[in-house]
Amino acid sequence: MADGVEVSDALAVERTLAGDRDAYRVLVERHSRTVYKMAYRIMGNAHDAEEVVQESFLRGYQKLKQFAGNANFGTWVYRIAANYAIDRLRQRNADESRRRVPSKPVEDSLEVDPLSQIPDGSPSPERLAGSAQLADRMQAALAELSPAERTAIVMRHWDGSGIEEIAVVLKSNPNATKNTVFRAVQKLRRALTPFLEGKEVRAIGTEG
Amino acid sequence: MKHRTEEELIVYRDGETKERTAVAAHLQDCAECREELARIEAIFGALDAMPVPDPGENYEERVWQRIGPRLGERKPRWWESVFVPRRLVALGGVVVLVILAFVAGRWTRQPVPAGDQVDAAKVRERVLVVAVGEHLGRTEMVLMELENAPEPKGQKTINISETQRRAEDLVEENRLYRQTALKEGDQAMASTLDELERVLLDIANSPDEVTPAAFETIRKRIEEQGLLFKVRVVKRGLNERKVNPDAKPAENQTDGTERKKI
Repeated sequence: MADGVEVSDALAVERTLAGDRDAYRVLVERHSRTVYKMAYRIMGNAHDAEEVVQESFLRGYQKLKQFAGNANFGTWVYRIAANYAIDRLRQRNADESRRRVPSKPVEDSLEVDPLSQIPDGSPSPERLAGSAQLADRMQAALAELSPAERTAIVMRHWDGSGIEEIAVVLKSNPNATKNTVFRAVQKLRRALTPFLEGKEVRAIGTEG
Repeated sequence: MKHRTEEELIVYRDGETKERTAVAAHLQDCAECREELARIEAIFGALDAMPVPDPGENYEERVWQRIGPRLGERKPRWWESVFVPRRLVALGGVVVLVILAFVAGRWTRQPVPAGDQVDAAKVRERVLVVAVGEHLGRTEMVLMELENAPEPKGQKTINISETQRRAEDLVEENRLYRQTALKEGDQAMASTLDELERVLLDIANSPDEVTPAAFETIRKRIEEQGLLFKVRVVKRGLNERKVNPDAKPAENQTDGTERKKI
């Protein structure tokens, strides 16, 4: 590869396929940070996120012929990573639920610890917003989402992925995917409202 | 005034609604729904505030250093995997079968005495009987290992990579034998091989490290379907056919009542 020359993704793919392994380095270095951010948000920790990134680029290399240059490489490897991340998350959740003894009933898992709802020095929502405490609460709430809900909200909110693109990763249809996004937001809201608003969510469809 | 539901407002915020104009008009007139939308917006605000720790300045380079040396580890193509020594044995069996089937086919097409046609069919069947018998023996070993594996105690995961590798080989063999059995009209054998193939595929497609729960599921499936029993019954039938080539393949070997008689 010539130094100092910006090589397009398409050209880097072409060169990689022609046997120039270093050409793949351009693609890895250009897209790994974006994939890392998504993987971190889905997996919730740096160690798992790094594993997702590495595995995704390895898979990308192995499947590069299938890529065929008819899409954007960044989008393509992002999708490989999202697919891998959701599988890893499912596996991790299954492992953790087996280790948890005795297991907690699912319907209780989203309930907030009553003690934590007692105002502790009553920090206002404004003070809480952006604080580490709120981030911790959000992290906990995200951890309670199902792998599909978590992947959907990450792809939709942070990365602006289209519903159809998310549906492909979730192996679902667009309508069900829209519903998954909605459920994810609703669950996050239920978990965070006591901290953001200090009261319950409005009853659905109430007459005013 | 009927307020908009939480779902309608979340979907409106998300931008994926056909009722966009109607919801927007309602929001103009309804202060309470505007407040509700603001509360929903706060959730998205909280999401935006979630930090992703910086993986470091040289992160991209580190990723490359990790994966660069591993890029050569591409999965072998199907035709390359055939030449793995342990698979050559199975391939050899299949080649012999195909050649014999071809030769037997040529014989039967010529106007030869009926007795010779029967002989050709017998040769073909005998090769199948021997090859499948050996295949079933190998499969039986894999199933037995899984069924008799000690209970995983306190283990997070169980490494089944060795069993998995053998299952992968067996799936390929199994598919070929099943197709041959079908062509030969041996429904009982084809059906048992079909059941085996599903379980072997499950094992082959599992991750190297499976959770005790996933391991138990595979084991239960082998047990519930009585797979080991079926394999042994078919194997025994094959042995009888080896000794007495005129013995007819049992039509209903997978049927429970018939099985018990053997």
